[in-house]
Amino acid sequence: MNKQLPGWVDFGLLPILNLLTAFLIAGLVVVAIGENPLEAVGHILFGAFGYGEGIGYTIFYTTNFVFTGLAVAVAFHASQFNIGGEGQAYIGGLGVGLACLALDSTLPWWGILPFAMLGGALFGGIWGAIPGYLYAKRGAHVVITTIMFNFISFSLMVYVIVNFLKTPSNMAVQSRTFEQSAWLPKLTWLDGLVPGIAGSPANVSVLVALAACVFVYILIWRTKFGYEVRTFGANPEAARYAGISTTRVVVIVMAISGALAGLMALNPVMGEQNRVFLDIPQQAGFVGIAVALMGRSHPLWIIFAALLFGMLYQGGAELAFEMPSINRDMIVVIQGLVILFAGAMEFMFRPMVAKFFAGEAA
Amino acid sequence: MDFGFWISFFDSTLRSATPLLLACLAGLYSERSGVFDIGLEGKILASAFAGAAAGVLIGDAYIALFIAVMVSVFFALIHGVACITFRGNQIVSGVAINFLAAGLTAVIGNALFSMGGRTPQIPEDGRFREFPLFFADRLEGVPVIGPLADVLLNQPSFVYMAFLAVPFTWYVLFRTRFGLRLRAVGENPAAVDTAGISVIRLRYQAVICCGILCGLAGATLSMALNAGFVNNMSAGRGFIALAALIFAKWRPVQAMFACLLFGFLDASEARLQGRELWLVGEVPVQFIQALPYVLVVVLLAGFIGKARAPKAGGVAYVKER
Repeated sequence: MNKQLPGWVDFGLLPILNLLTAFLIAGLVVVAIGENPLEAVGHILFGAFGYGEGIGYTIFYTTNFVFTGLAVAVAFHASQFNIGGEGQAYIGGLGVGLACLALDSTLPWWGILPFAMLGGALFGGIWGAIPGYLYAKRGAHVVITTIMFNFISFSLMVYVIVNFLKTPSNMAVQSRTFEQSAWLPKLTWLDGLVPGIAGSPANVSVLVALAACVFVYILIWRTKFGYEVRTFGANPEAARYAGISTTRVVVIVMAISGALAGLMALNPVMGEQNRVFLDIPQQAGFVGIAVALMGRSHPLWIIFAALLFGMLYQGGAELAFEMPSINRDMIVVIQGLVILFAGAMEFMFRPMVAKFFAGEAA
Repeated sequence: MDFGFWISFFDSTLRSATPLLLACLAGLYSERSGVFDIGLEGKILASAFAGAAAGVLIGDAYIALFIAVMVSVFFALIHGVACITFRGNQIVSGVAINFLAAGLTAVIGNALFSMGGRTPQIPEDGRFREFPLFFADRLEGVPVIGPLADVLLNQPSFVYMAFLAVPFTWYVLFRTRFGLRLRAVGENPAAVDTAGISVIRLRYQAVICCGILCGLAGATLSMALNAGFVNNMSAGRGFIALAALIFAKWRPVQAMFACLLFGFLDASEARLQGRELWLVGEVPVQFIQALPYVLVVVLLAGFIGKARAPKAGGVAYVKER
């Protein structure tokens, strides 16, 4: 079990084997329903990349998943499991929305953006830091508290929107729409390259997402604090003896994790719907778990993992349209399988592969 | 708020508490053996769907119930294989099971019935009706006692089953050899192993118990309290059950009271809407919805007593060589 394997096996072959297993079983589900899985893959690929608007939607979903994937990954580095991305993104949406509602008549979008980012990061960050603090100081496990914080956020947001943000003239549970000058610009400058992309909700927050990847890379691998985080994640006891404060590491990491999840709300709140509405993250917080597991908590791989899920989410809509017997929830199945095989059963093939390599050597 | 109001309040409390209690006891077996299970939600959902779908297609309630339980046990075994045999992360595995159940129920439901993930209404033979006990019907005309007996003795059989499972679980856990070993394996698996008892085997048994009880919880939802399955029917009950389990500090009798409390909150949600309460005024529904979760956070943070999880929980057992 503990035998050393070549690096490319551990970080290349095994993850790919796990992923293939997940997709193979997803294919079997499609077969069981009585459809052709290869045809299904074709519909997904066409839906995701076949035309400009589809590409735009893929980018839109990918943006969400990069943020939430990074959020889960940062916490993973300190061996904390943040299941609360959904709630943190939702509360972050309130921060983004309040900044826009307060400033949209006075500032243009680029003037509001820093405040919106601050609002989203601050609100999400606080929502993440509280479970971190409760773990570090009071020993309450982050997994359970973040699950509970998700549910609390759902109720809280309904309460806030209904009682404070809803306009009396509107029946729908949502805030007023922001002034158009506050909307994040669509990717119109790409329209020449990808005709039709401007018709999708893809917007400049994708650039913020990429910047967040760079930020996370530098934070984790190029700063003193990142070193502390990784040390703590690898061995909390050793970290404590080395003088690293548990409270500091856990609280700050959970705050950053929550802040990244909160920033996700830029995309739907300021870029797509342009208002505060119900269920802002739309499951993106949970997809982040699959993305972080698949991306092995590294920003670069997270971009690819997020793109895969962005593709599945957009292509899944196309699939449901072309094959009515398969609905969009097929993506949730794939998500579950990826988490199962790339996450929970990641060691499944290792003994077999190790035996194979031992045979080679002998 | 007359007598009838309180009677129906009590009735709703019992009914809301039943699936919670079954799922909570399910979690109790698993977590006492050292296998954390945040996949209760997924198993409830999967079995609720399986029971309803089988009830519609086969039309025999008992066969449908059996299928519901088997589906839940199947998911429990996936969890077992992932985290007992392959020593994977128990939390990750639980998350995966929740997603799998949410996705599969919707996809298969849509493929079978083309009703957007819902099942048609289960025919009379395929579901469980109220099952009057003893003399409940004979007391019908008696004031006060009559309605009370109706609530207590005229419920779907799952309600009795859930509440009988409490003393049963207590007995199994604290008065049998299996229970002693189960608790030991959750606290100190190495000691159990030294005594020549298989840790792996015990944990699998616990996980299967968990699957059976979750299956009953799911069947309660779709086959007794309702007559059919709707999308995301479990609606967070698995997590409330988890909350109740922590609230009860992993003990069966306390679990019953925690579930009754959360069932009471659930029942009061609809009844408190728009009502003025003495001293506090109108309570927002959202506050009551969030209350179980807030209570658990407060408890876990150690502000009201200390919740201590089984010591070996969350860690796969590696036999030393």
